[in-house]
This record gives sequence, structure tokens and C-alpha cells, in this order.
Amino acid sequence: MKVLDFTVRSNESLNDKNHLIKVVPANNEPLPEIFPGQFVQILVNNSPDVFLRRPVSVNFTDVINNELWMLIKRVGEGTEKICDLSTGDNMNLIFPLGNSFSIPDKNINTLLIGGGVGTAPLLFLGKKLTEKGFKPNFLLGGRTKTDILQLSDFEQFGDVYCTTEDGSFGEKGFVTDHSVLQNKNYDFIYTCGPKPMMVSVAKYANANGIECEASLENLMACGFGACLCCVEKTVRGNVCTCTEGPVFNIKELTWLD
Amino acid sequence: MARLEVKIGDLKLKNPVTTASGTFGYGTEYKDFIDLGCLGGIFVKGTTLEPRQGNEYPRMAETPSGMLNSVGLQNKGVDYFVEHLYPVIKEYDTNIIVNVSGSTIEDYVECAEKLADLDKMPAIELNISCPNVKEGGMSFGVSCESAAKVTRAVRDVFPKAMIVKLSPNVTSISDIALAVEGAGADAVSLVNTFLGMAIDIETKKPKLSTITGGLSGPCIKPIAVRMVWEVYNAVKVPIIGMGGISNWQDAIEFILAGSSAIQVGTYNFIDPTISVKIVKGIEEYLDRHNIASVGDLVGQMCK
Repeated sequence: MKVLDFTVRSNESLNDKNHLIKVVPANNEPLPEIFPGQFVQILVNNSPDVFLRRPVSVNFTDVINNELWMLIKRVGEGTEKICDLSTGDNMNLIFPLGNSFSIPDKNINTLLIGGGVGTAPLLFLGKKLTEKGFKPNFLLGGRTKTDILQLSDFEQFGDVYCTTEDGSFGEKGFVTDHSVLQNKNYDFIYTCGPKPMMVSVAKYANANGIECEASLENLMACGFGACLCCVEKTVRGNVCTCTEGPVFNIKELTWLD
Repeated sequence: MARLEVKIGDLKLKNPVTTASGTFGYGTEYKDFIDLGCLGGIFVKGTTLEPRQGNEYPRMAETPSGMLNSVGLQNKGVDYFVEHLYPVIKEYDTNIIVNVSGSTIEDYVECAEKLADLDKMPAIELNISCPNVKEGGMSFGVSCESAAKVTRAVRDVFPKAMIVKLSPNVTSISDIALAVEGAGADAVSLVNTFLGMAIDIETKKPKLSTITGGLSGPCIKPIAVRMVWEVYNAVKVPIIGMGGISNWQDAIEFILAGSSAIQVGTYNFIDPTISVKIVKGIEEYLDRHNIASVGDLVGQMCK
């Protein structure tokens, strides 16, 4: 973990709400090893009302260009300020934070299920699985077509299935309604997105005897285990999402009760 | 640097910058970011006789220039602290001070007794001001009688430096300070968080599971400075001031108001290196103003 200044290399608007921001260390030092599922805490500049940093998943690391990618959704004043950054602007990060998704030792059938901006860490996970020689599948969900982000990036790493609630892209419905779940057998499901979606995915996985890890987005202050605000109730009691998570095996959580 | 040295009763700090309980874990959480040996002291997470799971999530809500929390003293209990945490953190080259909380006077006394024998733990901070637990906690700190009673009871069993942490949620904080001074406190620390609340207007639900919680951060600083100044004018024991300190200028302000030392709290979450920056900033201020020792600055607001 360290505190480091970055420089914004690019800020691309993906739809009316979501931005893909790529940053590089301001001093050009090489990025340390970062694992899929880990996150950063972004300092919000020039906004006295916004006090806390904003926790954001690492979307991807481009080792050749020394870039760290983040998907940011405009939801409030803090993320507005971050989405308004321009190329060359400074961004101070605490990183890398949290644990990571587990990477299987042997080639098994994996499905990475994401909803909305929650798909962010799954791109990075898809890359790591591909590097191991595995062929991950992706199932991305959104309310409408424009909610499906980085489709062509995901397609580089495996087959991509989509659902939209309004039927404007892929199959109509929720991710757990998609026909691929009936047509193919999976050994491991990874999920990140809105909590109701992840709970449905967890219940599906549990009912079908599939291993499952979920990445949580609890509200947090520090991001490194000092404030004890971001706790999740687990079979071990209340634990910090920032240090013991954000990735949990669903068997550790109390969602299935 | 001798010019930064501070004495709080028998407790010697290498500089006046310490970190506030509940914002700094056990120090270990920050060792990637700073050299803990650069600090005057670390006030570790509130510790109780029995383990506590704390309050339900959500426990935190951001507010303008601050935050509300209702963690509720989640900790593994004093025995776990003594057996598992103390052996690690006693090696740090700084003062480790345990913040002690409880639901009854007996809890405080028993907890303090278990800590009194630890060689490398020179002081405790008696937390009679936590707003986030149902029983005890702040209720001890809001009347002079109960504040004095718990202070005296712990004084009888704890021979080392005892700092009593005061609640700002009272009519007169200087009356409480006088009461605990009379009951044997070696120093007072102030302020703990202000009781507050926030409502999500879309769901119409409270933002905290406990409805109310403790407000901290830069938004409380002017009130905290005023309270330090009031207490400085009322008591003789040293004051450890805190409340929204986020840079060295804030620290100097608290010292001028009457703090012998300061605690950096919530701002550690924003900049985990801020405490060591504050040490440097204080030293440069002393240079610039030709002040021989930081002690010469305590309470020196010009009227």
C-alpha cells in the first residue's frame, strides 16, 4: 500500500454516466503488482464538501504503458469531480487495497457475471485468467444497451453474453435469466455489481453447487482497515470489506440464509 | 528533537503529535505509509473487557467536510489485546496508549488492571465519551458525578499516566474537566465526536443503522478549539486537543488554544501520512517564529 500521485493520461466518456479514466504514476515509477479485485482510494480535489476518498475497483492494468484503468460512474459530487478530470490533471491514490479474486490452479469453466459499472474488475480478472491459458466466459447485465460497458475489451478475453432489462441488447431480463446458465456447465462464478444482482447470482451458484466469489462495495472511509466502517456480516462475525475483502467466497457471507 | 518534547504527567512524548483512538487501528494499519517512530504516541482502538461486534452496517455517512460514524467499539477485548496485539506493537518506537471503554465502572477497572502490568504501555486514555454504545460510554462523561466516579475508581488501580477523554455533548465541558481533574486524572483529551445524524431523503431512512452517530472531521474544528480554550482556562492538568485537525496549521491553533499535545483523527483516512507532515510543519513554525520549545506555545493565544 502506498500513497502516490498519478497523472491522468486519458478520460473517455463511455455513456452519459460512465467514464474510463487511465492514469500513470506522476513520477513514472513502475506500477507494483496489482491483482484483479483490488481497488484504489481516489482523493477528490477542489471540493470542500467531499471529504472522503472514493473507493474504485482496478479495471485493468496496462503493463506496457504503465497505466492503471478505472471505470467511474457519476453518482454524486465526488464522482462528478473525478469524471471531470482532464488529460494531464493530477490524481492522488492510495493503492493497491484489498484482497483479490482467486485464480484456479487448473483449467476449469469460469463465468464472470457483472452488472453495470460492477463489471469493472472482471475485465482485469478476465485478462489474468486468459494469461493462465483459461477461456473465461462473461455475462454482462444492464438496464439498457448503453449500460453494457467495454464490450469489445471483454471480447478479447472470451465469449461474452449479455442481458438488458429492456431487451435492447442481448437477452431480455436479469443476468440470472440468461439461457447460457442452462446451456453450459460452469465450475466457478465470479460476480460484481449491485447487491441484489450478486445475491441472486450467489443463490443460483449455491443451488447448483458452483463455487462463487463476490466483490462487495460497502461504504467505507479509510480503505485499509483502520476505521471499521465497511464491515460485512460473515460467518466469522463483522469483518472489514476493505482488508478481508472486497472479494468474499459466498459461503463466508450470510446472504444465503 | 528536544524542542518538540512534551510531558503529559509522567508520560514523555518526543513530539506533540499523536493519533486518535478509532482512527489509527493499532498502528500496524499505517506502517506501510509512515515511520510510526516519528510520532509522539499512538492511541489505539477503544478496548473493552469483553469482545464486541460493534453496531450493524451502515456505520458511516459522509457529511460536508466530515463524517458520521457509529462503529460501536468493535474490538476483540482486552485479553486478546494483551496476548496478540501488544506483543507486536510494543516494539514500535513510540508511546502506545490504550483507549479503555466499558459499560460499568467494574469493566473500566478490570480492563485498566489488565493493562497496568504491560511494561511498554505508559498510559491509558479513559473513554467516557463514546456516543455509539448503548450502555456506559458517553453516559459516564455527561455528568460531573459519574465522570469523577469512574475516574477515581480507575485511578485507584492504575498507577501510570491516566488521560480522560471528554465528550463535547455536554452543557459545560470545563465542569466535567474539573471533575475528572479532582478525581485524579493526569490529563484530559478533548473532544470526542459530536452526536449527529443524517437522513437519506430519497428512502427517508437514517443513514446510520443506529440513527445517531459521532460527527468528526474539519467541520467540528472551530467548536473543538473553543472547548480546548475553555478547558485550558479551567484546569491545571495538561490537555491533549483534537477535533478536525487536518494539517500543521490546525495543530498550532489547538496548541495556542491550550493543548500540550494533539491527536490527529479522521484526517488519517484521507491522508495516512498527515501525522508526520504535521510534526514537520510544527518544527518549521517554531523555526520561523524563533520559539525555543513547543511548550512555550501552549495557551499563548494573544488576546
